[in-house]
Amino acid sequence: MDITVNILLTIATAATPLLIAAIGELVVERSGVLNLGVEGMMIMGAVGGFGAGYLTGSPWIGLLAAIALGAVFSLLFAVMTLSLATNQVATGLSLTLLGLGLSGMMGTSFVGQPGARLPNLDIPGLTAIPVIGRLLFGQDPIFYISIALTAAVMWFLFKTRTGLTLRSIGDSHTSAHALGIKVIRYRYLAVIFGGACAGLAGGHLSLVYTPQWVENMTAGRGWIALALVVFASWRPWRVLAGAYIFGAVWIGQLHAQAFGIPVPSQLLSSLPYLATIVVLVLISRNKRLTMMNTPASLGQPFVPDR
Amino acid sequence: MMRLELVKRPQRSMLFSALSPFIAFALTIIAGAILFALLGVNPLMAFQIYFLEPVSQVWQLHELAIKAAPLILIGVGLSVCYRANIWNIGAEGQFILGGIVGSSIPVLFPQFEGPLVLPLMLLFGMVGGAAYAAIPALLKARFNTNEILTSLMLVYVAQLFLDWLVRGPWRDPKGFNFPQTIQFNDSAILPELMPASGRANWGFVFALVAAVLVWILMSRMLKGFEVRVLGSSPRAGRFAGFGINRMVFFAFMLSGALAGLAGISEVSGAIGQLQPVISPGYGFAAIIVAFLGRLNPLGIVAAGLVLALTYLGGEAVQSALGISDKVARVFQGMLLFFVLGCDTLIHYRIRLIGLAAPTLESAPKLEEAH
Repeated sequence: MDITVNILLTIATAATPLLIAAIGELVVERSGVLNLGVEGMMIMGAVGGFGAGYLTGSPWIGLLAAIALGAVFSLLFAVMTLSLATNQVATGLSLTLLGLGLSGMMGTSFVGQPGARLPNLDIPGLTAIPVIGRLLFGQDPIFYISIALTAAVMWFLFKTRTGLTLRSIGDSHTSAHALGIKVIRYRYLAVIFGGACAGLAGGHLSLVYTPQWVENMTAGRGWIALALVVFASWRPWRVLAGAYIFGAVWIGQLHAQAFGIPVPSQLLSSLPYLATIVVLVLISRNKRLTMMNTPASLGQPFVPDR
Repeated sequence: MMRLELVKRPQRSMLFSALSPFIAFALTIIAGAILFALLGVNPLMAFQIYFLEPVSQVWQLHELAIKAAPLILIGVGLSVCYRANIWNIGAEGQFILGGIVGSSIPVLFPQFEGPLVLPLMLLFGMVGGAAYAAIPALLKARFNTNEILTSLMLVYVAQLFLDWLVRGPWRDPKGFNFPQTIQFNDSAILPELMPASGRANWGFVFALVAAVLVWILMSRMLKGFEVRVLGSSPRAGRFAGFGINRMVFFAFMLSGALAGLAGISEVSGAIGQLQPVISPGYGFAAIIVAFLGRLNPLGIVAAGLVLALTYLGGEAVQSALGISDKVARVFQGMLLFFVLGCDTLIHYRIRLIGLAAPTLESAPKLEEAH
């Protein structure tokens, strides 16, 4: 029983950064913007979170720094694609390349240093309840944020007027503009929200998952988050499900390596990436279904006429 | 509050089309100066070490050619993809597979020598890269799967596959357990161009030939026209009878073959054996090369040399000033950012509304006077 609980806990820890980054990107894509810079914003959050936590000794300041750095970094993308109408695919790629380089440079002095770790929740009485105690009341704070965030985004997108407006912009920016909606302003806010989420997801990696700084420590998680959004056909609760499936794959391959299953460890390590491909193929096979769910103006630049 | 406003130009600006890479480079230099100043280094001194010292001697020019060759080869192939609006960002993986498949000859048949070895290896490398690129192409053509994500995921898979090979079945049995294959025999080594003055090998010649061939393809042949039509207006392309799926395969496999050629050239030329890591991110840097070179094969040659210089400069400032050589990646990222931003000027005028509007608004009017 204890082993099962432990495995469930590690799956949650592996799923949390994927969930947060994907939920942020979902909001961005619902507004009609494709930001391929998730990996870059995430690694900036990771290095910023670690750095601030290490230098101040407070993981909470690290957490705030991770969010802030992700948001500021996404602003670069917003200015380029929204104000200068650059190609979103190319700009997102350059955000990722820049983030990987910049974080490597900023983190040189952090390599091998012990980091600050966010403490797990510990409520006297509740956390000690067998089995469910640790699952419900004993996880790291970002886990709870991730669940709350998913619920909040679900509510925002489908139950509020602003959320409806955001979705309408994603489906037709020209119509939304004609109705007098500030398309660019909404998209700025969406992109910055996505950046803050990606930063937080990166912060989870360097403040909870492995409290240290390792170069390229995001290891493609930002890209998997992007794939999750497609997999979930832009629905928050499916992102949640997808993130936990991927968390399970990630943890499953690590456990298989630890148990010494006679399969090359590299093959096991490549499973999350292969799983991403398989899942993408399965979901996109039905062309009509994909077309129906994709925000119609996703990835297209918009320049308001005067 | 101040905001930007874009005003569409009646036609694309030839002036900015030519100037934008240079403006982007100038902006990168300015941003780089700020970066160096923040790191507590005199920017002028840093730039001298970064951009001038790595190319001040003949043998260093050879090193520049070694770094530029893969960047140009890959960048030229990617330019065809991006022109066709097909997003292959997995060139790094195709590079690795080219290196692996090409190396299978000297690793598995170390006794096989003679003039046939090298051409076969290069051919195998191209086939390996093209075959690996065919996977995302097939998934896109057959299942409509997003090629950006699949081609990128395959990079990680390729890296792990290479890692497994050199630590497992292909490890040199007499190599003291180092994760590497045997040293290739002499007939499997790509010859140097001018051994008297430096290490540069035939890879650079391949790069130049590929650039010229792709330039001819794109500007003088029907296939190139097809690429451009499908890229700018898929609907018009369909009416003209151009098949999108065929184009997906063509663009992916051409760029994959060139990336594979770059991979095997790097392994048999600069390295001489397989190691766990055979690329310092050439496949990703080549994306920047393609855009900096305006997706034009001849421009890409120049852009490849510039990016190669950023690699050498990064190594130089690391050894001279103790700054991390990651600074090269930062320069490369900034360069791409500024190129993309400057390209906006080709299609739009930029007006600042709000603060300081009068002075800034007068700028585009000056240009109208031409």
